Amino acid sequence: MAPNTANSPIISLRRVTKVYGEGPTAFQALKGIDLDIKQGDFVAVMGPSGSGKSTTMNILGCLDVPSGGEFLFKGRHVETLDRDQRALLRRRYLGFVFQGFNLLSRTTALENVELPLLYRGEDKKQRYEMGMAALDKVGLKDWWDHTPAELSGGQQQRVAIARAIVTQPDVLLADEPTGNLDSERSVEIMELLTDLNRNSGITVLMVTHEPDMAAFARTIVHFKDGLVERIEQGLAA
Amino acid sequence: MLGTTVILAFRAINRHKLRSFLTTLGIIIGVAAVVTMVTLGNGATAAVREQISSLGANVLQLRPGQGFGRGGGGPRPPDFKERDLTAIENQLTGVRAVAPVVQSSGTAIYEGNNWSTTVYGTTSAYSEVQQWKVTDGRLFLPEEEAAGKSVCIIGNTVRTNLFQGAEPVGKRMRIKGVSCQVVGVLATRGQGGFGDQDDVVVMPIKFVQRRFTGDRDISQIMVAVDDAYDSATVQNSLEELMRERRKIKAGDQDNFNVFDTKQISDTLTGTTTILTQIVGAVAAISLLVGGIGIMNIMLVSVTERTREIGIRLAIGAVAREVLMQFLVEAIVLSCLGGLIGLFLALIASVAIAPLMQVPFLFDPKVNLIAFLFSAAIGVVFGYFPARRAAALNPIDALRHE
Ligand SMILES: Nc1ncnc2c1ncn2[C@@H]1O[C@H](COP(=O)(O)OP(=O)(O)OP(=O)(O)O)[C@@H](O)[C@H]1O
Ligand SMILES: [Mg+2]
Repeated sequence: MAPNTANSPIISLRRVTKVYGEGPTAFQALKGIDLDIKQGDFVAVMGPSGSGKSTTMNILGCLDVPSGGEFLFKGRHVETLDRDQRALLRRRYLGFVFQGFNLLSRTTALENVELPLLYRGEDKKQRYEMGMAALDKVGLKDWWDHTPAELSGGQQQRVAIARAIVTQPDVLLADEPTGNLDSERSVEIMELLTDLNRNSGITVLMVTHEPDMAAFARTIVHFKDGLVERIEQGLAA
Repeated sequence: MLGTTVILAFRAINRHKLRSFLTTLGIIIGVAAVVTMVTLGNGATAAVREQISSLGANVLQLRPGQGFGRGGGGPRPPDFKERDLTAIENQLTGVRAVAPVVQSSGTAIYEGNNWSTTVYGTTSAYSEVQQWKVTDGRLFLPEEEAAGKSVCIIGNTVRTNLFQGAEPVGKRMRIKGVSCQVVGVLATRGQGGFGDQDDVVVMPIKFVQRRFTGDRDISQIMVAVDDAYDSATVQNSLEELMRERRKIKAGDQDNFNVFDTKQISDTLTGTTTILTQIVGAVAAISLLVGGIGIMNIMLVSVTERTREIGIRLAIGAVAREVLMQFLVEAIVLSCLGGLIGLFLALIASVAIAPLMQVPFLFDPKVNLIAFLFSAAIGVVFGYFPARRAAALNPIDALRHE
C-alpha cells in the first residue's frame, strides 16, 4: 500500500469501468478511466453530455461502485469496501455539492449544516460552533435560521457548500454546482470554492460545462465517450 | 447513535405535523373504537349479570308437568302438597330455603284506585329464597301464616299506582274483593328479564288457598340452593326425590319439571359474552383498518422522503441509522396514537355508559392489548417501507422525484 505523502495522489483511478444495466440493454458509461488527483488540487471536469462525468464523480464520491478497475483513496482500495464502510468514508473524508442543492426542506440553514455532524456524533455545542463557523465561511452567518424556501438559489448552494465543508473534509466533490445559477451567483460560488481550496487546503473536484467556471481550476480534465480525452493546466495554475 | 436518531425522529415529526397527525389518526381511531366497544360490551355483560342475580340466583323452580312445552293431552299432572314441601326441607341436602307458591291474578283497590296485579301466596321463606328484602313494614308473623290471616306485602309498582304517595303500611286495601291489611313493602327490583318484578302482592299461602284457589295444592315450590353446593347436584337429588314421591317408574317420563334459574343466567351471560366478542371483533377489524391506513401513509411518506434518505446517505449516514430514525418515528407516532386513543376511549366510555344504562368497567387488559397491538402495527408498517428505502443506492435515492 502506497504511503500517503504530499506527492502521491490522494485519488487514483486505474482502468475504471462502469456498466449500467444487464444483458442486451447494458450500457458501458465508463470504458477504462485512468486518473490521478493530487492533494490540494482544484480540478474541473469537462466534456459533452453523457460522456461519464457524473458517473465518475459518483464513484469518486463513494456513492456508487465501479464495475471494474481499481479506485485508491489515500492509498486504500475503495472498490472492495461494503456499503457501510463507504458511508463511513464519506462521513470522514468527503463533502458533496449537487447541482440541485439537495437541502432538507422545512429545516433551517444551521440544522442542514449541522446534519453531518450529528451523524458524526458531535455534541450540541460543538455542532453549533462548527455549523456557525461553516456558515460564516460561506457568508451566511446571519441567515442561519432561514429554511431553504426562504433562501435564493445562490444562498441555498452556499448552505450546501457549508454543509459539505463543516466536517473539514479532504475532498470536496461538486457536480455542476453552478448549473442552476446565473453567472454572477456562479462567480461567487467559484470564488468561494477557490478560497476553500487555497486557504483550507481542500482538494476540489468540480464538473462544469462552462469554460468561464473551469477557468478557476488549476487542472482541467476533458471527458469523451467514457474515457479521459486529455488533461490540461488551468488558468489558475 | 440512538440519541442522534431520536433527535432526528422528533425533528421529522415536528416539521411534518400534518403527516404525523394523519399517521397517528388511524391508530387513534382504531384504539379508541376497540377499547370503547369492548369496555361498553363488558359493562353490558355486567349489567345483564346484575339483572340476573336480581332474579335470585341459584333457585330451582319445581313445577308440575313436563316443562314449558307440556305436550300431549293426557290428564293434568297433580300439583304438590304440603307433605312434598316438608320432604324437600327435611330430606334434601344443600338447600338454603324452600318456599311454596300459589299464584292468582286479580284487581287491587284502594280509595277508588284500581290496579290489576298478581297475587303470590307463599311463606316468609319466599323473601329468603328470592333474597328479596322488605323496606317498609315487616314480613308475615308466624301466627299470621299459621292462621292464613288477611295481610299482604306489596311491590313498589302496586304501591305507586294504588297508594300514590300515601303511606301504605297499616292501611287496608281490597284484593279480589277481599279486605286485607298491608304490613310491608318490598324493595324495588326493577325490570328483570321477565317483566315488572315489582308488580306483585304477596300474601300468606293459607289465605290464598282458602279464599282464591279453593284447595290446599301448591302449584310451585321454589328451592334456594346453598352457595356451597352445586346446583346441578341438588337438582338431581330433587328430581330423584320427586320421582320417588310421585311414584314414577324407571323409564317413565317425569310429570314435573325443575327449572334452574342458573341456566337462564348462564344462557344470558353467554349471549352477552358472545355479543361482546362480536363487537370486539368488529372493533379489531377497525383497528386493523387503522393499521393499514398507517402502513399506507408510511409507505407514501417513505416514497416522498426517498430524496431525503438519499441526502442523509450521501452526507455519510449509514443505512442502519436512517432506518433507525424511521423506526423511532414509527414507534413514537404509534405509541402517541395509542395513548390518545386510550384516552378518548376512556372519555367516550364514561360518557356513553350512563346513556346505555350500563356500568363503566375499566379493563386494563383490553387497554393494554389494544395499545400493544397498535404500537406493533405502527412499528411493523413503519419499519418495512423504510427498510426498502434505506437499501437504495444513495444516487438512485437522490434522483428520486
Ligand atoms: N443509472 C443509470 N442507468 C443507466 N444508464 C445511466 C445511468 N446513469 C447514467 N447513465 C448513462 O451513462 C452515460 C453517462 O452518464 P453521466 O450522467 O455520467 O453523463 P454526464 O457526463 O454527467 O452528462 P451530463 O453532462 O449530461 O450530466 C449516459 O449515457 C447516461 O445515459
Ligand atoms: Mg452529469
